[in-house]
Amino acid sequence: MWKFFSLDEIKKSLLMALWFIFLTFPIMVIRVNPIYNVVEWRWQNMALVGAGAFFLSFLWRYFLEYKNPAPSKPADDAAVSRSGRFSELLRSSGTRRLAIGAAVILALAFPYLFSSYQVNIMTTALIYVVLGLGLNIVVGLAGLLDLGYVAFYAVGAYSYALLNLHFGLSFWICLPIGAALAALFGILLGFPVLRLRGDYLAIVTLGFGEIIRLVLENWNDFSKGPSGIAGIPRPGIPGIEMSLNASSVFLYFLMIALALFTIMVVSRLRNSRIGRAWIALREDEIACQAMGVDKTKTKLTAFALGATWAGMGGVMFAAKTTFINPASFTFLESAIILSIVVLGGMGSIIGVIASAFILILLPEYLRAFSEYRMLIFGAVLVIMMVFRPQGLISNVRQTYRFKGLQENKEGD
Amino acid sequence: MDYFLELFLGGLTRGSIYALIALGYTMVYGIIELINFAHGEIYMIGAFTALIAASVLNIMGFGPVTILILAMVLAIVYSCAYGVTMEKIAYKPLRHSTRLAPLISAIGMSIFFQNYVLLAQTSDFLPFPSLLPELEILEPYAYIIRSSEVFIILTTFGVMVLLTLLIKFTRIGKAMRATAQDRTMAMLVGVDVNRVISMTFIIGSSMAAIGGVLIASHIGQINFYIGFIAGIKAFTAAVLGGIGSIPGAVLGSLVLGWTESFATGYISSDYEDVFAFGFLVLILIFRPAGLLGKATTQKV
Amino acid sequence: MSAVLTINGLTMDFGGLRAVDKVHLDVRQGEIVALIGPNGAGKTTLFNCITGLYKPTGGDILAIPPGGAAKRINGLKPNQVTEIGLARTFQNIRLFPNMTVLENVMIGRHCRTNSKILGAVLRNSRTRREEEEIVAFSYHLLERVRLERHVNDFARNLPYGAQRRLEIARALATEPFLLLLDEPAAGMNPHETRELDDLITRIQEEMDISILLIEHDMKLVMNISDRIFVMEYGKEIAVGTPLEIRGNPRVIEAYLGEEAHA
Ligand SMILES: Nc1ncnc2c1ncn2[C@@H]1O[C@H](COP(=O)(O)OP(=O)(O)OP(=O)(O)O)[C@@H](O)[C@H]1O
Ligand SMILES: [Mg+2]
Repeated sequence: MWKFFSLDEIKKSLLMALWFIFLTFPIMVIRVNPIYNVVEWRWQNMALVGAGAFFLSFLWRYFLEYKNPAPSKPADDAAVSRSGRFSELLRSSGTRRLAIGAAVILALAFPYLFSSYQVNIMTTALIYVVLGLGLNIVVGLAGLLDLGYVAFYAVGAYSYALLNLHFGLSFWICLPIGAALAALFGILLGFPVLRLRGDYLAIVTLGFGEIIRLVLENWNDFSKGPSGIAGIPRPGIPGIEMSLNASSVFLYFLMIALALFTIMVVSRLRNSRIGRAWIALREDEIACQAMGVDKTKTKLTAFALGATWAGMGGVMFAAKTTFINPASFTFLESAIILSIVVLGGMGSIIGVIASAFILILLPEYLRAFSEYRMLIFGAVLVIMMVFRPQGLISNVRQTYRFKGLQENKEGD
Repeated sequence: MDYFLELFLGGLTRGSIYALIALGYTMVYGIIELINFAHGEIYMIGAFTALIAASVLNIMGFGPVTILILAMVLAIVYSCAYGVTMEKIAYKPLRHSTRLAPLISAIGMSIFFQNYVLLAQTSDFLPFPSLLPELEILEPYAYIIRSSEVFIILTTFGVMVLLTLLIKFTRIGKAMRATAQDRTMAMLVGVDVNRVISMTFIIGSSMAAIGGVLIASHIGQINFYIGFIAGIKAFTAAVLGGIGSIPGAVLGSLVLGWTESFATGYISSDYEDVFAFGFLVLILIFRPAGLLGKATTQKV
Repeated sequence: MSAVLTINGLTMDFGGLRAVDKVHLDVRQGEIVALIGPNGAGKTTLFNCITGLYKPTGGDILAIPPGGAAKRINGLKPNQVTEIGLARTFQNIRLFPNMTVLENVMIGRHCRTNSKILGAVLRNSRTRREEEEIVAFSYHLLERVRLERHVNDFARNLPYGAQRRLEIARALATEPFLLLLDEPAAGMNPHETRELDDLITRIQEEMDISILLIEHDMKLVMNISDRIFVMEYGKEIAVGTPLEIRGNPRVIEAYLGEEAHA
């Protein structure tokens, strides 16, 4: 640690500070107003950048070193064993049951402890949990890079909004319809594109997401264009009148139920015949095919299934906000959901849930910094990837016990 | 006929700009197999630097030619500086991790840069001075083509020639080709891969900066978001042509430029991007490796 | 004895390069057949054509399941070939590194089982029974290749020789009638190679699986093969029993030629 304050290191940091002062000079220091032809000089920003870069560069180097310890220091196993102990803790069934129990109690009590504003934020976070777990099937398990996931979310949301607007269909009917339509779109897109290479798939899905959004934006007769659709009813129980407050609590519980359902489905799928095929496909496509797995069919199932959850999330979103327009379905949304999956740890359910809460709640509670929210979000993505690219929880697989084996082990 | 010609030249202009950006994508992809999502932001930063430089120089009383040259040079210098810094911070530490990690890092960089410019400057559209001189001989044809379009097309052509020469004949060009083909092998025969990667970012960023300044003075306004849209289009163009292939990026850009120009001119202007992406999907269905990408059998 | 695999005039071109040139080859029921030849002879390419990873330019590949009808398999997808009953290993090990050893083998059961999404979500008794069968079957195979101690380890953490054996177990899990092994002894020490020798013979005898293997280790090849095919520059230059091949001047020349170049 102390070697980070040697003269050499200080020199490095000074250089960094100078470099960043140079780098940020035109954009941070100068502000022009081309209309009135005036220039504003903000010298204080230069000092800020210099000081910031100086200190941050110490931290940066320190943590990089910590992450990849130099081979000469074998004692530095701490990072490994600590994360190991963490997943150990998660795996041991006692603590696990305790943690789950506490989470359930907290979730049930939440609406009665906090304001309806908080409940609404929580509902949003839960929608992202569902979206994250859905995309986790596609990206985390099957390894298909989908940058247009938001398209299926939009399909779900507009299914509910439009079916309700034109035919008066209720939330309960639209939830499965939205899910099915999204799955259908998933298959429609999947058929032509799933034989494309990974990165090509990325741009095509991104394009597909943009196409859906642009169509919604421009096809006024169909979708009411940029002005969107308002007055979407919240879900209710037939025959029971609910106040605004009660209905948002109801929606919250609905969302909890959907999230639990999703968790159950995804965790069961993950350790099933089909789930293993997804993971194998992600690990090595050629070997996987050679072991008898039908690539196209397996990919298509993952794609359609992922889309289904986006569709349900979309219906929920429309019901929660009661107003939707195409602006809610931009690429940024896809990027956020993808970030949830990657930050959580590809394929890890608990990781994805945790990162959904972190990424959605943190900005909400950072309202004080509201302007800086997205700036911080971008920086967090980079920093997380640099220092923990495998995500919060990496690759935990099911283990099996065998009777004969135990004895064998002791025999060794 | 005039209308056709106007659309044709409009498409050529568009395609040229896409090409200047797409080359950065395709070269970076060729060398480190990364979709550099933040490349469009480098182009945007280039345009902003030029705008700021031009305004300051204008107040200081410089003439238009000096302003054009200095603004262009500063835009290039700063775009390169941002490009290289971004590589060192966000991509280099991730060189040996999974394929998704650098992509997320790149998306993070893109979001960061957009908001950085938004916060440090403004979210409004800023008027961009028309730095490019008006050519008098073109005046009678003003309804078909503007001088700025001629500048864009000619500059792009010049840049392409320079790039081709650089890659074909210089030492660094050879090192780049070697690294693109097989990085481990290149390293073994003594190519300094880090230097090659830095050079790739420098070249890509310079071209993006040139594109940024040209298009900004052609259209006459910029904001923090222009990089994202242009970036996605250019990336589409690179994939259309076959990512990793330099002639492919140029061809893909031109094809995309014309597709958009003709489709918006003859069909509907609301669906410009829909045509672009729809066309991409169509091409990839029939040529999964892009127009000039080689459909190789993967060695097993 | 009846054939399980017959290859007639198989040709594979890559652009201008002819990697496999009108090769004839057959494997009979219960045989261990070796395919040898200098580096770049086209052996792996031949395997890739058989298993559907490459689409051959010309010729015929017929697979004949014991007691079944012959099927022309060129142009089929890899998974279809595997379903018919041909399974392979890879020269450059291609395991699923982030799956456990047991899961790697379980993937091999994919084409012999059929529970669907709904079954997996409901976890009904049929699915659970099938899952138990998959685990038991896979574990049994791991015992066969003596990897049972590693069931729950990640495949990437196995030593090299163990990874090769795991690939064999994974291929066996698809219940093939013909097993194709691409350089199974590569990178193994002499002790491991002897064990492998034993393993291959046992697979053939106890599980009644015919074997076609590519191998550079001549001792192993001479020990276990019933017949040997020799390739050079894509062409087949000799075929015969180990004794015949050992004395064949063309084969000696092909190998000496390689030595002289190296
Ligand atoms: N996908 C491919 N594209 C182009 N050429 C290929 C491809 N696969 C193999 N080749 C070429 O075909 C020839 C035969 O290669 P192959 O791998 O079949 O040789 P091999 O006999 O298995 O050699 P080794 O003993 O070294 O494994 C080589 O020249 C190789 O470069
Ligand atoms: Mg080989």
